[in-house]
Amino acid sequence: MKIAVCVSHVPDTATKVNVGSDGKSIDPNGVTYVLNPYDEFAIEEALKTKEAVEGEVVILSVGGENNKETIRKSLAMGADAAVLLKSEGELDSFQVARALADEIKNQNAQLVFFGKQSVDYDNQIVGQLTAGILDYNCISVAVDFKLDGDKIIAEREIEGGREVVETTLPAVVTAQKGLNQPRYASLKGIMAAKRKTIEEKDAQIGESMVSIIGMQKPAPKQPGKIVGEDASAAPELARLLREEAKII
Amino acid sequence: MDFHYSEDNLMIRSMVKEFTDSEIRPIAAKIDEEEKIPESLKTKLAEMGLLGTLFPEKYGGGGFGEIGYCIAQEEVTRACGSTAAFIGAHQSIGSNAIYIGGSEELKQKYLPQLTSGEKIAAFALTESGAGSDSFNLKTTAVKKGDKWILNGEKLWITNAADAQVFSTFARTERGITGFVVEKDFPGVSIGPNEKKLGIRGSSTNTVFFEDVELPEENLIGADGRGFLIAMKTLDAGRLGIGAACVGAAKEMIELSTKYANQRIQFDQPISKFQAVQFMLAEMTTQTYAMESMLYRGASKYDEGVDISTDAAIIKLYCSEAISEVADKALQLHGGMGFSRELPIERFYRDARILRIFEGTSEIQKLIISRKTIKQNGAWKI
Repeated sequence: MKIAVCVSHVPDTATKVNVGSDGKSIDPNGVTYVLNPYDEFAIEEALKTKEAVEGEVVILSVGGENNKETIRKSLAMGADAAVLLKSEGELDSFQVARALADEIKNQNAQLVFFGKQSVDYDNQIVGQLTAGILDYNCISVAVDFKLDGDKIIAEREIEGGREVVETTLPAVVTAQKGLNQPRYASLKGIMAAKRKTIEEKDAQIGESMVSIIGMQKPAPKQPGKIVGEDASAAPELARLLREEAKII
Repeated sequence: MDFHYSEDNLMIRSMVKEFTDSEIRPIAAKIDEEEKIPESLKTKLAEMGLLGTLFPEKYGGGGFGEIGYCIAQEEVTRACGSTAAFIGAHQSIGSNAIYIGGSEELKQKYLPQLTSGEKIAAFALTESGAGSDSFNLKTTAVKKGDKWILNGEKLWITNAADAQVFSTFARTERGITGFVVEKDFPGVSIGPNEKKLGIRGSSTNTVFFEDVELPEENLIGADGRGFLIAMKTLDAGRLGIGAACVGAAKEMIELSTKYANQRIQFDQPISKFQAVQFMLAEMTTQTYAMESMLYRGASKYDEGVDISTDAAIIKLYCSEAISEVADKALQLHGGMGFSRELPIERFYRDARILRIFEGTSEIQKLIISRKTIKQNGAWKI
């Protein structure tokens, strides 16, 4: 069985991002990009599934030349093949989903894993959209996954607990933290990844449905103030909360 | 000239850093305190491939050569000098003596078990009367039928308590000869752990050989040709020590700069003071020089060029420089640097051995000057 994992190349969560000169995109200067952290859970689950049933794991990613870094890391973790769906500029979630759906159909992948969201734009929708376009079943925010023949039993994280759901292949599953413990790419994995080729194709993106008209950073936080260390500071604290912060 | 890290180099660095940050850094203080690297970490190092980085894939290694090995060692040292010493003694000298000097059969017999971490290696050369003066070995190997009988004792052997395989050098009728000795061979015993100033998680012991029978096939290279193999192995080992120095220095710079930006005195971060700025400038400059010479040497090594002088220069400069860098880092941190609450004092202690093992700074100077004088000062390195 072919298992696809859709990965995105996102700014490292530890990097400070700035808005670019056009006022509606991230300035890439000085930004380190990494494999989207939730996608690591998706890759791990795909690899575990592949080890349990006969299968092949193919990595799909939509974006530019720089995405290859993330794809290589995915290959070093143990994926078998990869396709870069090339596109320039910002895409909306629907365009990304369309491009991925097109290639998933082409690959005839019956099981598709995504991270539950990309940590850059946080739309949390590409996996579900892709399932919709393909008419695949969909389980989002999975924290447990079992495949038994064509049947999937998964657990989803919901407010205050977990729900157990059941569906059948073909299906899209989006991975939440806790689904597994992603393996490290080993040094042998890096060497093996060098021998795997990354297939490149133009992404079939279609029309955009959402465009970004502006982007701004949140207002800087005011520095904190220590009013005192014991009960005697309470009157001054109350005065400041009323007069300066105007919240009581 | 190409002074850029390749894509592979960057990939190894980021992956080893990721591994180190989650698996080694959180337990580094404990490794020092308890004077032991947990077995679970050794297993993880093996799974990551960190016990065979430099060896070709046909022996189960990573195939990354000396450059890749040095990058990995830098990153491990940034978290824990003891773990780096364990990996270094295993790969760079213990296993490497077999790789450099052994026959194809010997390599096939031992390297796959060593690169996979199934067995751990140590390098046994030093004795009470022979460290730098390797010609003065007293351990003997005598041929009896188709066996060799080994007798003697080796001092200060890094990894001795962890190793199952010892690349051992002994005197035969024909001169110094290398042998692979297994811990399980009757007559091999290991002394208690030395109590040390630094790299306390890495084991250091005396190894005793009493009428140990060795099969002929365990000879490393030819009878009487072990001295050159030992010296070539130490050349590689010295590059690895350079890598440990570079990694530790980068860590000291990062920790010190963060601290200087955050520590307020006289209403401003101490990084605003020129005295502190100059310390950071000197640390940065020394580290730049260390890194530059290390990868110049490692790249020559990977090309197969003799690097005896290069390795001595790198070992001398980097180990002296890291001692200064760690000292400045401690001074910059003031009382906090002296406290065990921060890792600075551990790096300061761990740095001290780097000027001693695999040839003291003074021995490196002898090696370097010998070459300079032999060439009558002509620049040829």
